[in-house]
Amino acid sequence: MDFTYDSEQNDLREAVAGLLGRAYSDSEQRRRVTATDPGFDEKTWARLAEMGVLGLPFPEEDGGMGAGPIEVAVVAEEIGRVLAPEPFVEAVVLAGGLVAAVGTAAQRAAVLGPLAEGSSVLALAHAEPATRWSPSAAAVTATQDGGAWRLTGVKEPVPNGARADVLVVSAVTDGGTALFLVRGDAEGLARTGYRTHDGGRAANVTLDGTPAELLGEGTADRSADVERAQALARIAYSAEAIGAMDTALKTTAEYLKTRKQFGVTLNRFQALTFRAADMYVSLELARSTALWASMVADAGGDVVAAAVRARLQTSRAGRHIGKEAIQLHGGIGVTAEYSVGHYTSRLTAIDHLLGDGDWAADRLAATVDSYPTVDPLGAPYTGA
Amino acid sequence: MRLQLSPEMEAFRDEMRTFFTTQVPQEIRDKVAAHRHLTREQYAQAQQVLNAAGLAVPHWPVEWGGKDWTPLQRHIWREEMQLASVPEPLAFNASMIGPVIAAFGNQEQKERFLAKTANLDIWWCQGFSEPDAGSDLASLRTTAVRDGDDWVVNGQKTWTTLGQYADWIFCLVRTDPTAEKKQRGISMLVFPMDTPGVTLRPIELIDGGHEVNEVFFEDVRVPADNLIGEENRGWDYAKFLLGNERVGIARVGATKKLISQAKAHAREVVVGGRPLSEDPRLTARIAELENELLALELTALRVVANSADGKPHPASSVLKLRGSELQQAATELLVDIAGPLSVASFADGGSQVPDWARVATPQYLNYRKVSIYGGSNEVQRTIIAGTILGL
Repeated sequence: MDFTYDSEQNDLREAVAGLLGRAYSDSEQRRRVTATDPGFDEKTWARLAEMGVLGLPFPEEDGGMGAGPIEVAVVAEEIGRVLAPEPFVEAVVLAGGLVAAVGTAAQRAAVLGPLAEGSSVLALAHAEPATRWSPSAAAVTATQDGGAWRLTGVKEPVPNGARADVLVVSAVTDGGTALFLVRGDAEGLARTGYRTHDGGRAANVTLDGTPAELLGEGTADRSADVERAQALARIAYSAEAIGAMDTALKTTAEYLKTRKQFGVTLNRFQALTFRAADMYVSLELARSTALWASMVADAGGDVVAAAVRARLQTSRAGRHIGKEAIQLHGGIGVTAEYSVGHYTSRLTAIDHLLGDGDWAADRLAATVDSYPTVDPLGAPYTGA
Repeated sequence: MRLQLSPEMEAFRDEMRTFFTTQVPQEIRDKVAAHRHLTREQYAQAQQVLNAAGLAVPHWPVEWGGKDWTPLQRHIWREEMQLASVPEPLAFNASMIGPVIAAFGNQEQKERFLAKTANLDIWWCQGFSEPDAGSDLASLRTTAVRDGDDWVVNGQKTWTTLGQYADWIFCLVRTDPTAEKKQRGISMLVFPMDTPGVTLRPIELIDGGHEVNEVFFEDVRVPADNLIGEENRGWDYAKFLLGNERVGIARVGATKKLISQAKAHAREVVVGGRPLSEDPRLTARIAELENELLALELTALRVVANSADGKPHPASSVLKLRGSELQQAATELLVDIAGPLSVASFADGGSQVPDWARVATPQYLNYRKVSIYGGSNEVQRTIIAGTILGL
């Protein structure tokens, strides 16, 4: 058991923190970037590509860096720390992760190489208006017309769906849920993008007999692959949330030390400092769980189970810290001009993109009676 | 980063688990698991079994019976002990006065006390809190005045846990009432509980039990040799001691045990033909509690893994705060599973209420103490806000 980062991981953190720290040194820079489409900075995206970040988890033969879940978590935490709007988790970990897991060698080369180089943005079009964090497609269908696949139905909300050069789309076939690649300029594809509350972008993606390329071989049900990719993305989101919570707490503590009311700084009021202390407790407990989940993924353990646990802890902590960060600031916390409210907004978005705390608690509750105690260093988490 | 324990640590964990589950008398472990109070003899017997195997005071200096263990080994030792329902070595001996004497006592005191303290041949109790000195311990008023070769002690202590079993007391006393800072005029004295002028009065708690006491001192003459360390440095020793008290205070193993018992009892309580273990509100509550405990355990592991250089990890202050809350939540869960049966606390032979349901509420009420002792949770929040967040 070892909870320390090695020197390469520390170097990676320093490099990413340096790049993102320069790009988003104050919240005005982020506001400027998120004010216009595509909601992130293409130049920063290109710099992340140069650094190897956009190919981080993919095998080297697919154009990636061959790094693992710990490195992914390091990057995601730095993204969260400055609230960088670049869609690392969405494009690389989730959509790219699915292509890496399911795609043929030719598809991996064709999709992951350009993704890693920064020349092609990838998005996963999986959620549907009538689904809720399911690993399966529901109402979007795929039919074969001669040798070609065509997709029909509505995907929404699709993070970065309007900007994406290539979409990974889930759809129902006779075999269950299958995955497809759809080009952004495909016929019969209508995309309506919009702003999300956290400064990001999502889209309604309407498919109407849209030509698509089957991802991977065969049409056996891919729900388990989707679930695994979602789990890895949940773990990465947990790290992103830790970075965001860390800054939200630091910003709040700093504000309490400088803001004066009744002739004294706010840190003279125990009613406030105790609540900040509770935020720290929430953060450290969530940090431990997020870190552990990435270690489970790294060890080849049960990522689906570990991700549910990390999701529950970071969801509860994110709500607690996000709400208190605003409340302890007072009115300025709800202004767009000040940073802290944006952190709460992003934490709220993360909470709902891939399953919230109640969703995770329900999953755990269903199996709670099947074992006496949880051993974080034992099977199934260690993969041994 | 690596999740798995090393093969050496796996072997160590197995060794501890095997020892605790086979060498400590079953009768004693059953009683601990049933949340019933041990007798003085049972405490002593259990500690002596551990001590004979070198497992009573592993955190002491090696020359006084300690092991040169890593923080992780100590963590595993403690967790396995709790999971096996082995009573932990008496804290007053093993975690408090023993380490203080080993660190600050003179050679004669070490030879006189340490071996007997490790083996529970001497039962120690703690004379720290006073009626007007709780969280604000440094405002204590019990005095010791030098008279020839003796100190003469007058005053009152309270919350003295298991003082009724104790042979000796370690006491914080004010030896310099003129000191500029109130922390500077305090010394640590040790003396037998049967010294003339010492009177013990039991305090009955809300669970009906007799666990703590008031101790009164009236012209108690204590030989000058019984001063530990230097005069007027007692506050430093108390801080050192309370630092030790926080080690292992997360009590993750003990709370795990409580939750696993709660799950088992929930299967036994059948309502309308359906076991309570199938109630979705209850299972969700258990799931949340178990996940909180997982987060605490992982935080404890992070702390022990990163405190090898001797400096406490900042997150260690989380352990007492959250550890006490989760212990309380687990005892509350047991009461709620017992439901209406939980009122039958003092039922005897003629009752059909199972034993676990009888002890559930007294334990829940008793456990309100865990967020108060060892530095109340409000003191912990003050520490976090002040030393970690800089507020």
